[in-house]
Amino acid sequence: MALRELSSLEKYLGLKKPNKYSTQGDKKVPVLQNVNGPPLVGLVTVACHLVREAKRPELLGDCAESRAVVQQWLEYRVTKLDGCTREDVKTILKDLNLYLQDKVYMAGNRFTLADTFMFYGIHPLIVDLAVQEKEQYVNVTRWFDHIQHYPGIRHPLPPVVVLRNKIYSSKHH
Amino acid sequence: MKLFVSEGNPHCLKVLAALEVTGVHCDVQYVNHDERVVPFLSRPAVPALLLPSGLHLFSPNAICRYLFEVSGQDSSELCSRWLEWEATDLQPALLQSLHLAVLQGKGSEVSKVLQGPLNYMEQSLRKGNTPYLTGEAVSVADVVLWAALYPVLSDSSLALGECTSVKAWFDRGAVMHSCAAQKVLQGKGLQGMKSFMQRQPAPQSSQCRDAQPCNSNPAEGEESERVVSVEEMEAAALTWSKGLNGCPLAADRQHPILPQEGKRNLLVTSALPYVNNVPHLGNIIGCVLSADAFCRYGRLRGWNLLFVCGTDEYGTATENKAREEGLTPQQICDKYHAIHSNIYKWFQIDFDFFGRTTTEKQTEIAQNIFWRLHKHGFLLEDTVEQLRCENCKRFLADRFVEGVCPHCSYPEARGDQCDKCGRLINAVELREPQCKVCRQTPVVSSSKHLFLDLPKLEPQLEQWLDKSTSTGDWTANAKQITRSWLRDGLKPRCITRDLRWGTPVPHPDFKEKVFYVWFDAPIGYLSITANYTDQWEKWWKNPNQVEMYNFMAKDNVPFHSVVFPCSLLGAQDNYTLVNHLIATEYLNYEDTKFSKSRGVGVFGDMAKDTGIPPDVWRFYLLYVRPEGQDSAFSWADMALKNNSELLNNLGNFINRAGMFVTKFFEGSVPVMELQQEEKTLLALVGWELQQYIQLMDKVKIRDALRHILNISRHGNQYIQVNEPWKKIKGGDTERQRAGTVTGVSVNIACLLSVMLLPYMPAVSQTIRDQLNAPQSCINTMLQGTGTFVCCLSAGHRIGTVSPLFQKLEVDQIEALKKRFGGQQPEDEPPKKKTTAQSAGSTQPAAVPAAAAEVASVNGVDPEKAKQLTQAVNEQGEKVRALKAQKAEKAVITAEVAKLLELKKQLAVAEGKSSEPAPQKGKKK
Repeated sequence: MALRELSSLEKYLGLKKPNKYSTQGDKKVPVLQNVNGPPLVGLVTVACHLVREAKRPELLGDCAESRAVVQQWLEYRVTKLDGCTREDVKTILKDLNLYLQDKVYMAGNRFTLADTFMFYGIHPLIVDLAVQEKEQYVNVTRWFDHIQHYPGIRHPLPPVVVLRNKIYSSKHH
Repeated sequence: MKLFVSEGNPHCLKVLAALEVTGVHCDVQYVNHDERVVPFLSRPAVPALLLPSGLHLFSPNAICRYLFEVSGQDSSELCSRWLEWEATDLQPALLQSLHLAVLQGKGSEVSKVLQGPLNYMEQSLRKGNTPYLTGEAVSVADVVLWAALYPVLSDSSLALGECTSVKAWFDRGAVMHSCAAQKVLQGKGLQGMKSFMQRQPAPQSSQCRDAQPCNSNPAEGEESERVVSVEEMEAAALTWSKGLNGCPLAADRQHPILPQEGKRNLLVTSALPYVNNVPHLGNIIGCVLSADAFCRYGRLRGWNLLFVCGTDEYGTATENKAREEGLTPQQICDKYHAIHSNIYKWFQIDFDFFGRTTTEKQTEIAQNIFWRLHKHGFLLEDTVEQLRCENCKRFLADRFVEGVCPHCSYPEARGDQCDKCGRLINAVELREPQCKVCRQTPVVSSSKHLFLDLPKLEPQLEQWLDKSTSTGDWTANAKQITRSWLRDGLKPRCITRDLRWGTPVPHPDFKEKVFYVWFDAPIGYLSITANYTDQWEKWWKNPNQVEMYNFMAKDNVPFHSVVFPCSLLGAQDNYTLVNHLIATEYLNYEDTKFSKSRGVGVFGDMAKDTGIPPDVWRFYLLYVRPEGQDSAFSWADMALKNNSELLNNLGNFINRAGMFVTKFFEGSVPVMELQQEEKTLLALVGWELQQYIQLMDKVKIRDALRHILNISRHGNQYIQVNEPWKKIKGGDTERQRAGTVTGVSVNIACLLSVMLLPYMPAVSQTIRDQLNAPQSCINTMLQGTGTFVCCLSAGHRIGTVSPLFQKLEVDQIEALKKRFGGQQPEDEPPKKKTTAQSAGSTQPAAVPAAAAEVASVNGVDPEKAKQLTQAVNEQGEKVRALKAQKAEKAVITAEVAKLLELKKQLAVAEGKSSEPAPQKGKKK
């Protein structure tokens, strides 16, 4: 999964030569051998490295604050989203829904690496949601739909149908 | 920019250390663990950094990175790698380690959990051959990892093996940041994190199965199979075979119970219930029932234990109540003391002594403590501006004054607190004050009073608290409340009042005054013990031999942890002080509060009218004991737990086991040949027993209950799989299997009866009677870490087996729910209603519930209600018949209108709001 995400990222970044990754441990943590120093270990570390290599530093945030926010959500992705239990899912979606209430992207008004990896991480959760649940987490759904239509991101994940018109008015229950 | 941190939270170490290293300027605010700082997260997340943009960072690592970046130190890719490893690999292991070391006292297992991550660091450091993780200088990675590992690496007791490079690296940081550790862990090391760890969900590793979060419902944890090792099985089978031989019989309790040399001597108190009211279920579970369950358990464990309680009888509220009921305060106390005593008897609260505070001993002891405090200079004198009613010729205690709140202009504020805004009020600050008795306007007059000099006692208090909270079992809320009192700083507290109903102040300058209840009431523990035995000082002036447990609800904590200990410390008479302070949270009633005035909830005296046996009440109240968080009493849930846990799980198992012996083996326990399956079962049961003992020892009464229910679940499963009712009809081997299964099951039933004793004493005895079990089994099984032995050996004859529990039916429960739902109960004396009305008639419209109640009280007419009920039923029948006949719509509508009108009248007559009840369950 992590390797697939990294190769998607490489394509998105337009890196010509695909890297060769190995993995480490039971959790298959991606490892990238690095000519200039010790090997890079971990999804976030490798992804940030690729972004720098592609000279797209704005994807990591355009100021100290947004860089911190991007790192925070990348960490959230690998610690909270990965391996979350069924009970966690609701809390995660509820929290994200509240967070995204007044935001277009994870780190405010610009697309960043946080959107990419939160999208990959949350995709399996959204696929499982019923229509009503998607309506319940309307801000997450809106953000998700936006990112899956962002050029070069979704592939190869299947598109998720998101209904924009509410079938049920919330007045009736 | 603002940083939010909390004490005892290891993640806060990181950010505080980073703040120090980087020198970034930032406000730091200490908050409680539960405080929701980050608005969009459901779980409290501390530390959190509020950025200038208004966004919150909630990841400690991201906060550290940010602090480093704004101070001009960008983090390298190697840094990122360490930070990611810390978050994904090290943190889960650390969480588990802290759980083991802080909450379970299994510090010895920590090294196993941390071995992997520490080795990884060791190798990296050796390979890199640099003093810090990413090179020659300190980076954000060093700060984060140092802080993450600080709690475990700085604790020498954990013995974390030979990681020399890690240790050298760690020592480079330790000097630099020791003050951050002081701020967060307050120099208490691992124990400083206890209250934080108790709020964390348990780590999900399989090695930690026994580390259930303390808040989950006792029986609803995950039921994954525990793997039993061969050693465990053999050990369990060996224990089993030991039988009852050589276990001493339990000695009967001989009063007076006094501390004994070489025994664990426990003095257990339960908060003294205030006499002027009937206790409700919340009061009962908060104090007496919790204490009773623990005491019963303690006696089983063979501890030498004295359990005292009594009614708290002095004070304004009693005087008020006496005036309300037209009796003298003494008469009120006598009346309500009897009511309390009967209620507790019904709930089978097994006090060694249930006394009261209006006794000579109380006067004697309270005055003695007073004089000692006076002698040692811990009392201050000051003049207090007080309201005095010239008409009634007396100073008005806080509760005797009403007026307009100076803060929020609520017109009904009391003299001590405003019910609307909740702020504490000094009675003289009230606008337009009124004497509650005669409604005259009181005047401000000054009166001399004595104050306990708490600030002077504070150093002694803190020293004692440090010791008591670190060595004893204080519930998290008790520690937290105490800490917040100390943090706000102690002020002198007035100990005298201008009242008549109280312990007189012996000082000649203060005659006509009595002690303020908060000073007086806890002394009741001593005087009640003194009324129990002349040798009370063996308990109360014997801190070296006696351990004291105080049970209470959390609102009582400051008086037991700060104020009362200060009185005793100041008296300097070698008093026994509390070692274990056990405070519950609140029990709500169907998601609202118990309220006597609104008739909401179940009160002690009504519980028996429900027809539900006391043992079931005890079971359910202990099952929902607000341990660690508020919980709620719910009728539907009570029925559910009764039917699912007691009837279908526990009762079913015990009954089946007994019935098999009776039906298949003529009432005599068959020969048991233990096979692999039995040994596994014995090990599983033994494990649950050990958990039960560990939890009960720590007064986790509700959590321990789950393990009882687990045992009967194991038992049911065992019977279900082996089907003895089929095997009994088979050949010899099969019949023998049926015998073994039956024999083991009935022995488990015997064990269950013992474990149940603290919760359901009557049921517990009934089971042993039915099984004809020897009394010695009671003491045997709860020895040490728990020993499940074969109590009923082959050939033992059991008694007559019958079902233990009854099903609670839906309509029965619905009826009870309605009855206790919130109207005034009908048997309330009519006089009470008029007072409720007069007090309520001045209620502002801001309190709709109360207002509606007042309006309806006028129309209450039980006789009319009866007639109307009849009419409503008849009209209802008529409408249903018409509908069934498919009559014309207009006809039906007309009859329905009549029905609604009748219902409306009925509601008025019954004293309910005349608004139509909201239609429940119907979808529009």
